[in-house]
Amino acid sequence: MAFVILMFFLIALMIGAAIYAIVQKDLLYAVIATGVISLILSALFFLLQAPDVALTEAAIGVALTTIIFIITIRNTVRNEDEFKDKDDIKSAVK
Amino acid sequence: MENELFEILRYGIFAGSISLILIGLYAALTKRSLLKIIIGLSIVDGGIHLLLITIGYVKNGTAPIFSPGYEDAAAIMVDPVPQALVLTAIVIGFAVTAVALSLIIRLYRHHHTLEIDEIKNLKW
Amino acid sequence: MKKVIVLLLLAVTGYYLVISFMDLGKYGPVVETGVKDFYLEKTVSELHVANTITSIIVSFRGFDTLGEVTVLFLAATALGGILYKRRHDVGGRSVLFPSSSIVKSGSKLLFPAIILLGAYVFIHGHLSPGGGFQGGAIIATGFLLMLLAYDNFSVSHNVLSFIESFAGIFFVLFGLAGMMMGGTFLENFMPVGKLNDLFSGGIIPIIYILVGLKVAAELTGLIYTVLHEKEN
Repeated sequence: MAFVILMFFLIALMIGAAIYAIVQKDLLYAVIATGVISLILSALFFLLQAPDVALTEAAIGVALTTIIFIITIRNTVRNEDEFKDKDDIKSAVK
Repeated sequence: MENELFEILRYGIFAGSISLILIGLYAALTKRSLLKIIIGLSIVDGGIHLLLITIGYVKNGTAPIFSPGYEDAAAIMVDPVPQALVLTAIVIGFAVTAVALSLIIRLYRHHHTLEIDEIKNLKW
Repeated sequence: MKKVIVLLLLAVTGYYLVISFMDLGKYGPVVETGVKDFYLEKTVSELHVANTITSIIVSFRGFDTLGEVTVLFLAATALGGILYKRRHDVGGRSVLFPSSSIVKSGSKLLFPAIILLGAYVFIHGHLSPGGGFQGGAIIATGFLLMLLAYDNFSVSHNVLSFIESFAGIFFVLFGLAGMMMGGTFLENFMPVGKLNDLFSGGIIPIIYILVGLKVAAELTGLIYTVLHEKEN
């Protein structure tokens, strides 16, 4: 019984983090939310008797994917719908 | 009672992973920012992995490892095949994400924006 | 308008997903007749490997793993090509502010422990949960920690590519040796020891160690390339 309640709690948390990652306009927060999804997925894999997959997801999903997204945000823009300079873009696109 | 509880658990995990897939697809199809699209696709990835692992799970199963004391436990072990497939899928998914993000950095250098409508070649 | 179309499309997709997984939620294993029993039986009786997932990845589907490692290699190469820079640009990476001494000495303290954990995970891949992919990823996170803490920490690309090509060549050579001795690619030609011994499983631990080295080198190179991408 406790196992089922724990599983449902984790799943609800995961879906909440997914919706937050989609709705949030600040991309840095959205990326951290995807890291949280990976962390909860890793816990779920462990509870579903898949320790190998849980190890992989913990190392790759939480650490490496998150850091690579953050580096990309540092090199591009942080906000989802923000233009730095309208005229600059117009001239650059042409 | 036990079996019904287990059935509820299975339906719950299936519902969770299917909703992850749908949320990710929604983001990938409607958002304008290229980074948001990649985030949506990685959420779809996670949902598919959870779905595959859940298909192989059996009630009160143990991990498919014959450690000392569990040499004869093959009857109650969970299915190892989906786990092996998901293990490789995670690593490949990371490589694909890294290549996509490096392409985004390159696109930003040329166009100075991530809006998909401003980049004329990608308009739909 | 676009959102309505997308929502309609997602509703159809969700409906078909739900009805196809509705009858899978029953009690017990879903796929009754499968390769599961074959793999579980052969892993103990023939290969003497404790971890079934290791035996599937390295032995039963070893050729698949070779292809996957090749995909990783191609991804690292493509990343280097896409983020190409001229030689004289390469140097220390640009940081907003230097990290504090607590972060520096803390990561120096943690770095050997993380590397040791990664090596343990891929050497014991045939006995306990873990293996080449997990251990390689853990080692890459250790290097990532050092790269974040020290802005002038550098990894030699020559060493990385040497480890990569060494592991790849020996993977193929072991496969070809199996072909000569037994008849199929990656045939297990070395003596399998006792179950749950460190030296057991024939060529399976050796190949998983090679895969671990290769994955660690590739992921570290990938992170290094992206991290040294300058702001414009």
